[in-house]
Parts: sequence; structure tokens; C-alpha cells
Amino acid sequence: MTTVYVPRDSAARSVGADDVADALVRETGSSGLDVTVVRNGSRGMLWCEPLIEVVTDRGRVGYGPSSSADVAGLLEAGMLTGTDHETCVGVVDDHPWLTSQQRVTFARVGVIDPLDVADFEAHGGLSGLRRALEIGPAAVIQEVLDSGLRGRGGAGFPAGIKWRTVSEAVADQKYVCCNADEGDSGTYADRMLMEGDPFTLIEGMVIAGIATGATRGFIYSRSEYPDANATIRTALEVAATHGFVGNDVLGSGYTFELSHRVGAGAYICGEETAMLESLEGRRGMVRSKPPIPALVGLFGRPTLVNNALTLATAPMIIADGGAAYQALGSDRSRGTQVFQLSGNVARGGIVEVPFGISLRAMVEDYAGGTRSGRPVRAVLVGGPLGAYVPAADLDVALDYEAMIAAGGMIGHGGIVVFDDTVDMAEQARFAMEFCSKESCGKCTPCRVGAVRGVEVIDRIRWGVDRADNLVLLNDLCDLMTDGSLCAMGGLTPMPVRSALRHFSEDFER
Amino acid sequence: MASRHPDWSLEAGQCVLEALSEHERLVLPALQALQNAFGFVPAEAVRLVASSINVSVAETHGVLSFYRELRTTPPAAVTVSLCSAEACQANGARALVDEVAAFLAPVGGRSAEGEVDVVEVFCLGNCALGPAALVNERLLGRVDLASLSRAVDAARHEVIA
Repeated sequence: MTTVYVPRDSAARSVGADDVADALVRETGSSGLDVTVVRNGSRGMLWCEPLIEVVTDRGRVGYGPSSSADVAGLLEAGMLTGTDHETCVGVVDDHPWLTSQQRVTFARVGVIDPLDVADFEAHGGLSGLRRALEIGPAAVIQEVLDSGLRGRGGAGFPAGIKWRTVSEAVADQKYVCCNADEGDSGTYADRMLMEGDPFTLIEGMVIAGIATGATRGFIYSRSEYPDANATIRTALEVAATHGFVGNDVLGSGYTFELSHRVGAGAYICGEETAMLESLEGRRGMVRSKPPIPALVGLFGRPTLVNNALTLATAPMIIADGGAAYQALGSDRSRGTQVFQLSGNVARGGIVEVPFGISLRAMVEDYAGGTRSGRPVRAVLVGGPLGAYVPAADLDVALDYEAMIAAGGMIGHGGIVVFDDTVDMAEQARFAMEFCSKESCGKCTPCRVGAVRGVEVIDRIRWGVDRADNLVLLNDLCDLMTDGSLCAMGGLTPMPVRSALRHFSEDFER
Repeated sequence: MASRHPDWSLEAGQCVLEALSEHERLVLPALQALQNAFGFVPAEAVRLVASSINVSVAETHGVLSFYRELRTTPPAAVTVSLCSAEACQANGARALVDEVAAFLAPVGGRSAEGEVDVVEVFCLGNCALGPAALVNERLLGRVDLASLSRAVDAARHEVIA
């Protein structure tokens, strides 16, 4: 029998993976070939999707991008024995795109059947949770502290300190909330993890619950991710059946009940306090801090709020020890970051590497430049609240501190490439427009400032009192940065100012 | 007009709310459950949710009006959600929005024959294969007007069938 993998990842499905899988079943069935089609997550080589992988003696041989029309020809050419073909990418594990990466959080994504517990365990699943139960909560928190893991949602707060704060808080009920409201354009790692290895996220949340003394958890995801939500729901049922979530986790006596909740199209609910409001069923209005959610969070109880990638990295850290993770990375950015390449790129996808790699290596080596073949002009790093980096500055190192020093931020690891047809004044206007549409409206600098920002940039673009309006725009950016309640209004000036600083000519047309 | 959803009635709404688990007896999950069931949240459901969850009508209305996806009118048979965020902009999303406006309906509008709603969304998580769109719940990548039209036709047939 031959095993063939075709991803169920929604990016792969968006370009025809379901049709490819159907064609494989149909064609092999009618030819009497003994083939099992497994629907895995995506390897993250998204330009190769749909990527068919055939298990051979040499390893998993890949063919992509494939279409359903290619399947009969591929079978005839001898795909099931790993024969060469114009779409063959060779043994996938030997592909330079993957061999140069260091996958920790994404170690199993694309490799395993996402909903098969046996496959998950055969690839190291649950070893983190088992060790956590052995060493106990205090030692778990020490491992997370030792690992140097920082929040992957964008703020980069040391995870171990947050875990310790919640563990030391005394309350009748504590919560663990996974922020999977991945709204930043150019980011899709949470989605791919939820679709490709959901048990790891669940395992990480159970570990976090045991470590902090929380017995209930929520995964807050987005309605824009229907496939990921369906996979998470099924994964939660399977995990409960296998006893690693719910009452008496793996027979340990610990309880951790986990539920899934979906937003309703509000970017601001990716802000942790707005997410808590939304989880309580209310408008996603940002809360003032202090008090911090670690002490007064969901329903007023101590709550650990971490990004999906942060929680999904915990099992690996506990399994292999904090020191192994800490050994990776640069300066105060320890471990790996799951970068996501997108926009106008020849090769988009997931690149998980230790912090410190240059943006140039990402854009030129991994992404292979633009898809359009035109020169790179600007790269948006860190989502809609990050900075536009000009092509001349691509040597910046991708770590938390180096990006801040360069006037940007690493955010959730999104890297969006634009070619030389981009109008940076239009992008700056969009940053303000996005903020005006997505602001929760609680604080004036964000709610009103973003609307005024659109108007001022329009006047600049139309050439109305340009010099005065540029002064006004800078003043507005200062006010939004200093006066906003959260990062939505506070960081919207970042893309605007980076566009003004590096692409001033676009504002003078 | 063809619909993906059963007709609304107060009794049917009551049944949906009664099926909520203990942890979902909150305003947002209640409104989402109603929208999932009927395709929208009718005006008379606001009072029903308020009394069922034991919150004010004002608070319920506040939640309903906050979230972009919650709607108070029935949707068309097919909803096309076009991604208008940066990664798709870098791949021509703005031009696609203009083409769709000419061919189907502008963002926020409904097609002339009344079967397709066009809405704007910010990010569908398909940023490496943009421009991206969602046709009902089916995600499309590298989408152009031709592939979008095919997906809309397929979705229209599914709903009518």
C-alpha cells in the first residue's frame, strides 16, 4: 500500500487541494491501485500548493503545484514510486526551503495527520504534557522562564513572568485564554497551526492550565477562518475522548476544560482586553490597564492570555527543556519565530528560524523576490501596525530589539512584500482608514484621530496646503501614539510615519 | 429568492437560544447562534435575547451593532467576502474590488438580480496566495474575476439545490 498526502490546509484548498485529493481517489480506484490518501496540514511551501507527497523508500517525494487535471498523468509517469516529473520537488524533507529552517513550533505541521492522535504521539505529541505532570507546576514555570520565550502576539512580553503572575494569584477560578484572533494582514501561522497541528495548541493550553492553576480555558478564533474553526472543534472532541483535556487529564487528577469561541469580524478583538470583553459576550471595547488581565481578567478572575503560537511552543519547551530553546536566537530574542512571507512574493509561506536572521534573507532568499518580477520597493513587517521598510534597509536583523531600534516591530511575524508599483501615500492612507474602521471607539485619539488622519493624508495627496498638513499629520501621529489606550491607535502612526520617512516622494505627486 | 436558511419565527428563535450551553449564555454567542440559524438577527430577536440572557435591550443592541459580521437583514444566497488588506493589496486586490463592483456589486452592495452580496473583509489568512476571497464558506486563492464567477455560480447552484 502507498500513502499519499494532500493537504487539508485552507490555503491549499483555496487553490484546489480537494479536487486533487478527489482525483487521486478516483484515478487510483479505477486503476485498482492500493493507495491511502491522508489529508495533512501544509508544509508551509505555499507556492507549491496543492503539494502531493508520496511516501517512498527515499522519503516523502513532493509534486507541486498540482491540479486535478495533472493527477492521471502523474500516476502514469510513476508518481507512486517517486519518479521524477516536471512538478517534482524531490524529497520534501531535503528541500532547501525546509532544511535551512529550524522548526520547533511548526515541527509537526504538514508532517502528520492533524486529527490522528497516534500520529501526533508518534511525532512527540503529549511528551511535553507528560513531563509537565512529572515535574509539577513550579518546575514548568521555571522551564518557561529559562526558555526566554516571549509573547508571539506582538508585544513580546516574557511568557514565564506572565505564567508566574497568574500562578501566584489567588482566586476561586482562573482561566487560560488563547488569542487566536489573528487579524494582521500577512499573518496566517495561527491558522495553519490550528489546521495542521491542533493537538499541540491544546496540549500547550493544558500545560499552561496546570502550571498556573487554571481549570478552564478558551480558544478565541476568527469567523474568517471557517476551516480552522472546524478543525479545532473536532480536535477538542478527539482530545477529550483521549483524555488529555477535561476531567482528570491523563489520569493525573488535574482538570482543564477547554472551549472554543469565534469572533464576529472585529480586528480589535485581537487586543487582549477587547478579546476578554468579547469572550464575556460584550462589545469588544478595550479595557484600561491596570489592572492587568493576569490578575483581573476574564469575568474578573486571574487570566493567562497568550497568543496561539506562544501556547503551542510550550509543549516543545517542556519536552526538551527551556535551555534547548534558549540556545536559539539572538540577544534578548530567544528561540525561533514563525515568519510568514506574503504579498507580492515568488515563494510565500512559513519560515521558522531562530531570531536574528536578516530581512534581506527572508525577502531575497526565501521569498525569491517579487512574484511580478519587478523590484521590491517596500516590505511591511509586523502587520498593519508595523513599519514599511524600504528596499535599501533590508539588512535589518529580525529580532524584537533590532526592529524597534529601526523604527518598526516584529509583531506576529508577518512579512508583506510590495513591488515598485505601490503608492506609499495610498498605503499610509489605508493605515488610517483601517484604524478608523476597526477602532473600538473607546478613546478619542484613536476613534477621531484615525478619521482626521485619512482627511489630512487626502489633503496632502491632493496638494492642498501640503507643508502645513504634513506638520498637522506629524502632530496627529504624536497624539495618537501618546494618547491612545491600546496599540490600535498607538501604533497606527507606525506605518504612516515609515511611509512618510522613506517614501516622501509619494506624498508629493 | 433562494435562501441558505430556514425562516425566522419567535418560536424557532427560542429553540435556538434554549440549545445554548451554560457557558454560551452570553449576548454575543446568542446573537451568533441566531445568525447561524437564520442568516441574520431579526429586530424582534433583540428583545428575545435580552430577556433570555437577562441583560438590557440596549446592551444587546450595542453588541449587535458593534460586530461587522452580525447583520439585521437577510443575506443574499451567496456572500462574496473580498479581502482588502495589505497582503492582498500587494497582489492587486484593489483592482479586483473595482472589477467585482462593475461585474457584480460594489463592496457593501447586492448584485442586480439579488443573489449575491459583496462585502469587504480584512484578512482571510491566505496572504501568500492573494488576492483571496471567501464565497460563502469556501476560501479562494489567486482569485480573479473568472475564478470568482465560477465559485459564485457553484455556490448559487448549491443553495438552490
